[in-house]
Amino acid sequence: MTHMLAAFDWHQLLHILTEPDNIPIVLMMLLIPYFLWYGFREAAAHDRLIAQLEADPALAKTHHRKPYPYHPAWDKTLHTWPYLLRVEFLAAIIVTAFLVLWAVWLDAPLEEPANPNLTMNPSKAPWYFLGLQELLVYFDPWIAGVILPHVVLGGLMAIPYIDTNPLGNGYYTWRQRKFAISGYMFGFLVLWVLLAIIGTFIRGPGWMWFWPGETWDPHRQVHEVNRHLHEVVGVTGWVNIALFGGVATLGILGALHLLADVVIRRKMPVLFRQQNFLQYMITLNLLAMMLFVPLKILLKLGLNIKYVWVTPWFNV
Amino acid sequence: MAPKDDIDPASLKALLSKEKETREKLTKKWIPNFFETPFWRSIFRHKIDDTPRNRSLAVLSNVFLHLQPAKLNRDAVRYAFCWGMGGITFYLFIILTFTGVALMFYYHPTKADAFRDILFLKNDVPFGNFLRNMHRWAAHAMIITTWLHQMRVFMTGSYKPPREFNWNIGVILLLVTMLLSFTGYLLPDDQLGFWAVTVGTNMARATPVLGHEGPGIELVELLGGKITAYNDVRFALLGGSIVDANALLRAYIWHCVALPILGATFMIVHFWRIRKDGSLSGPAPVMLAAEAGQAKGRR
Ligand code: HEM
Repeated sequence: MTHMLAAFDWHQLLHILTEPDNIPIVLMMLLIPYFLWYGFREAAAHDRLIAQLEADPALAKTHHRKPYPYHPAWDKTLHTWPYLLRVEFLAAIIVTAFLVLWAVWLDAPLEEPANPNLTMNPSKAPWYFLGLQELLVYFDPWIAGVILPHVVLGGLMAIPYIDTNPLGNGYYTWRQRKFAISGYMFGFLVLWVLLAIIGTFIRGPGWMWFWPGETWDPHRQVHEVNRHLHEVVGVTGWVNIALFGGVATLGILGALHLLADVVIRRKMPVLFRQQNFLQYMITLNLLAMMLFVPLKILLKLGLNIKYVWVTPWFNV
Repeated sequence: MAPKDDIDPASLKALLSKEKETREKLTKKWIPNFFETPFWRSIFRHKIDDTPRNRSLAVLSNVFLHLQPAKLNRDAVRYAFCWGMGGITFYLFIILTFTGVALMFYYHPTKADAFRDILFLKNDVPFGNFLRNMHRWAAHAMIITTWLHQMRVFMTGSYKPPREFNWNIGVILLLVTMLLSFTGYLLPDDQLGFWAVTVGTNMARATPVLGHEGPGIELVELLGGKITAYNDVRFALLGGSIVDANALLRAYIWHCVALPILGATFMIVHFWRIRKDGSLSGPAPVMLAAEAGQAKGRR
């Protein structure tokens, strides 16, 4: 630790941060917190209003129900021209100016001509796919690169059909949608954005883990020996190993199901009552998978356990 | 300092109206009002004086503007609600289309030319470097704004009925946006793009059943077939077993033709559905748990 602090490599850190193709992700790391704050501030304003109206049913009957200025004499609608179009025009000018300045200030990268015989180290996908590339450390390519992206797309598409909560349609709120918002934010911020940030700034040559400020030394030796769960437990013989892995994997997934089930039933009875059986099962499945991924990451990073299920045909 | 008020309002008013009268007399006489010429009126058929009717007509009688309703929820213009993110994403798409078409004039999707064309753009074409930079940064920005747009749609619960389907159109647009960016990455034919696309498409080797290194290819063998590096999904993506000339051509066609058409088509559906689903979801009046037929409780 001390030697790391002493040798904090500002140059390396600055180099990664200002790599032209990394500038967008630096920008995103500023924009996402800002808009999170902005959204949650709106949610807080609505939640205060909701609490007030719930406490005072008489007021709820007459209130205009928005935390914005209101006067009964005001029109409920505005003309698009000019009130919306001027905002759009302004936004277009600002975006254009911003892009022009960016394009004048910073050149798009261009490396040497493509050369199949000279591997780039590290070779990285574009930053917005680095979350998936980072998952390759923890899962075999057929899971990280094929199954999980499809689950993400399918899961996103399922959201409107499994979220049966009628509240919070068209306004920011946290109180009325705690469960949905936490689930989405966990998936988006942790499993997508954070992994992409790790893939961009933490993973150096050989896809080794370098803390910010560590020099990206391609010759660094890593003394990690990957183990598999069955080796830790001491199972031998491929049939036993395959059976053990199957039971372990399905067991873990089942346990995560159960965990999600108990939490939802105990803490969120309203939600539980609104969903039908199919919707509930899909929700539990998606939650179990969303928890399985970080669990597997922790097993690898913490205990160097690579696979929980080893078979002659595939590994998980 | 208190404002000086030594002109009495009545005489000021008289003065101003006199001024206006003279001005109008002069312009009417010497300069025909441009907005009343047959030329102008042939383009914009509605009158231009500021009346509610003309404000509506300005939007409704314009093919581009009538994407939007003539009137909208008064709180929907608040920046705090939709952050303008969907609109900015669309605007970036337009910028990308224009700069992209301009870049196409200078680019050949062949191994012999591609890299040199980029060098040529960078060093010799007037504003070529600027054009390329704009295209690159607008593409990155579009990814970010799409994510932020989706985050705001989620936070405002705007995927709830009746907008479930439009959320799904959105998910397709998200995918198309990222694929557009990804296919463009290969086009300069430099080390960055080559290795990024190699890493990216290598995952397709491992597609279950359909990739030659994926689990389940034994099943195909049981049926009498055989999956190799020369007939799997990766081969279909690259038009070969390595990232080479065919892959460049395929990336080019996806990037410049197929994906933009797909994206534009789904955007049309997206915008159409916004209108059909009752315009923006909000800012809507808050609903109380009791009114949703629910007991109070956590959710
Ligand atoms: C190329 C990408 C996209 C473009 C150009 C686009 C454009 C737009 C625009 C202009 C709006 C009007 C309101 C606003 O600006 O927020 C909108 C609304 C909407 N978008 Fe998108 N969008 C895109 C991607 C997405 C994605 C990824 C999702 C979600 C998965 C999504 C879901 C929706 C929904 C549900 C609405 C209705 C929101 C409401 O009524 O409040 N869109 N979109």
